[in-house]
Amino acid sequence: MYASPRFLPFGDCALLVEFGDTISLEINCKVVALNVAIVKAVIRGIEETVPTYRSLLVRYDPVKTSYDQLVLQIRNFERLVEKPNLAAAGKTATIPVVYGGEYGPDLGYVAQYHGLTEEQAVKLHSGRKYRVYMLGFVAGFPYLGEVADEIATPRLETPKLKVPAGSVGIAEKQTGIYPCEAPGGWRIIGRTPLRLFNPQQEPPALLEPGDIVKFEPIPESLFKASIEERTR
Amino acid sequence: MKTLKVQKSGLFTTIQDLGRYGYLRFGVPISGAMDRFSLIAANLLVGNGINDACLETTLLGPELLALEKTQIAITGGDCSPKINGQSVPSWQTLTAQEGDIISFGRMESGCRAYISIRGGIDVPLILGSRSTYVRGKFGGIEGRTLRTGDLINAFDASPLETGYEMPKEIIPQFSGNLRINVLLGPQADMFTEKGVETFLSSQYKVTLEADRMGYRLEGPIIDHKEKADIVSDGLLPGAIQVPKNGKPILMMRDAQTTGGYPKIAAASTPDIDALGQAKPNDTIEFSKVTTQEAHEKMREYNELLCTLREKLRKTD
Repeated sequence: MYASPRFLPFGDCALLVEFGDTISLEINCKVVALNVAIVKAVIRGIEETVPTYRSLLVRYDPVKTSYDQLVLQIRNFERLVEKPNLAAAGKTATIPVVYGGEYGPDLGYVAQYHGLTEEQAVKLHSGRKYRVYMLGFVAGFPYLGEVADEIATPRLETPKLKVPAGSVGIAEKQTGIYPCEAPGGWRIIGRTPLRLFNPQQEPPALLEPGDIVKFEPIPESLFKASIEERTR
Repeated sequence: MKTLKVQKSGLFTTIQDLGRYGYLRFGVPISGAMDRFSLIAANLLVGNGINDACLETTLLGPELLALEKTQIAITGGDCSPKINGQSVPSWQTLTAQEGDIISFGRMESGCRAYISIRGGIDVPLILGSRSTYVRGKFGGIEGRTLRTGDLINAFDASPLETGYEMPKEIIPQFSGNLRINVLLGPQADMFTEKGVETFLSSQYKVTLEADRMGYRLEGPIIDHKEKADIVSDGLLPGAIQVPKNGKPILMMRDAQTTGGYPKIAAASTPDIDALGQAKPNDTIEFSKVTTQEAHEKMREYNELLCTLREKLRKTD
């Protein structure tokens, strides 16, 4: 983590406020806290903000403001986010997951990699709460952290061309959920029947940076029933 | 109203407006016309609002059947447009009669053409935009490229009484050798001095891996200091990422919203339009500008866009 945030120009319409160069709860809490403060303040010329793992992207209209002006205005919030409340978070969402089998083809590998049974791996994955660090990769994909060391597993050497929508994966200490079918290299351990992204809804994504996620193991029958209900 | 029927889809034809704003934090790209200037011009030539939806063609244009009398305009790269086999001019208002066939020939310059229809194309607004985002499967017609048999509907609008044309001196020229203004950063400090120098003094070529999401470029290798990856942060159209192999990737309108490669620079906003007309084998050279210089150029560009309507000339 940096002693004070770095301001980095990004093209002619954006800047980054960077708090560090690692994945860490404290850094991400600062990012989200600054985002909340900026959105609340409604600063002239700011078009939108994008919280990520370790920095906040601020997109602005240079006709309405200037880079220097914005940096000054954002610096006013520096003290506010110096010691972020690590417990403060957005909403908590419970994500039902059917683990293993055809829904989680890599669960066996993850368990074996660490000398665990599949049940133990599932218990470890569903046994803690995760923070949504950011959304990215494809619309609505949440990057969640961090999984227990006992199940942290490297990505596939060769990514799969198609990972089904709803798949829950592990990549090193991160876990995430594929909102739609996409190519991907994460180890897939289960699948949720929940729809994480719907462009017909406002907001379009179920989760936002700063939210808390808990995974709940469900039987296959419940997964099938939920999918049926959704498509009815 | 059913206005046009797609007889042949073309290579990659989509419906686009000026893009989708305010949803980056949910991972939704901005999308919109690759060359926004040409889209705005096409709209103005048929009396539409600047943000109305048009067709965006790629290299090989579609063949369209007019189901009713309508006014259209074709802008962007020179795609040899024809009505019933007869060449027609770009950058001016055209009238298509019921039963007319609108088709396209060789792409003489540029990569993408824009076809506006009087009234604007009527597809649902998805998250505030009609733009097609093919990877996300939403926007436009069912989130996909046009297919044979698709019907393109336009909103009702009374026909323009006179046609218009764009004065020649305002029509952009697409040469195939681009000089693009860039602002260094946000991660230019992850490259060696020599690496930055290589980037700014070399010619890069657009490869075949070039689509609405971005272009992979071929050319001299840009050296990183040590690491070639970063903890993912925000990404925008115009950003130039350099992965470990040292070859730049230029992000375009459908750019994903986050990325893990260091960004050496970002193209200035007006120049992203010019990049939207780049095609495989075109060359790109990058020139460094300061934030202040870029903002000055942007003001000029905005001024041009705001006065474009007044600059149109009546044709009859």
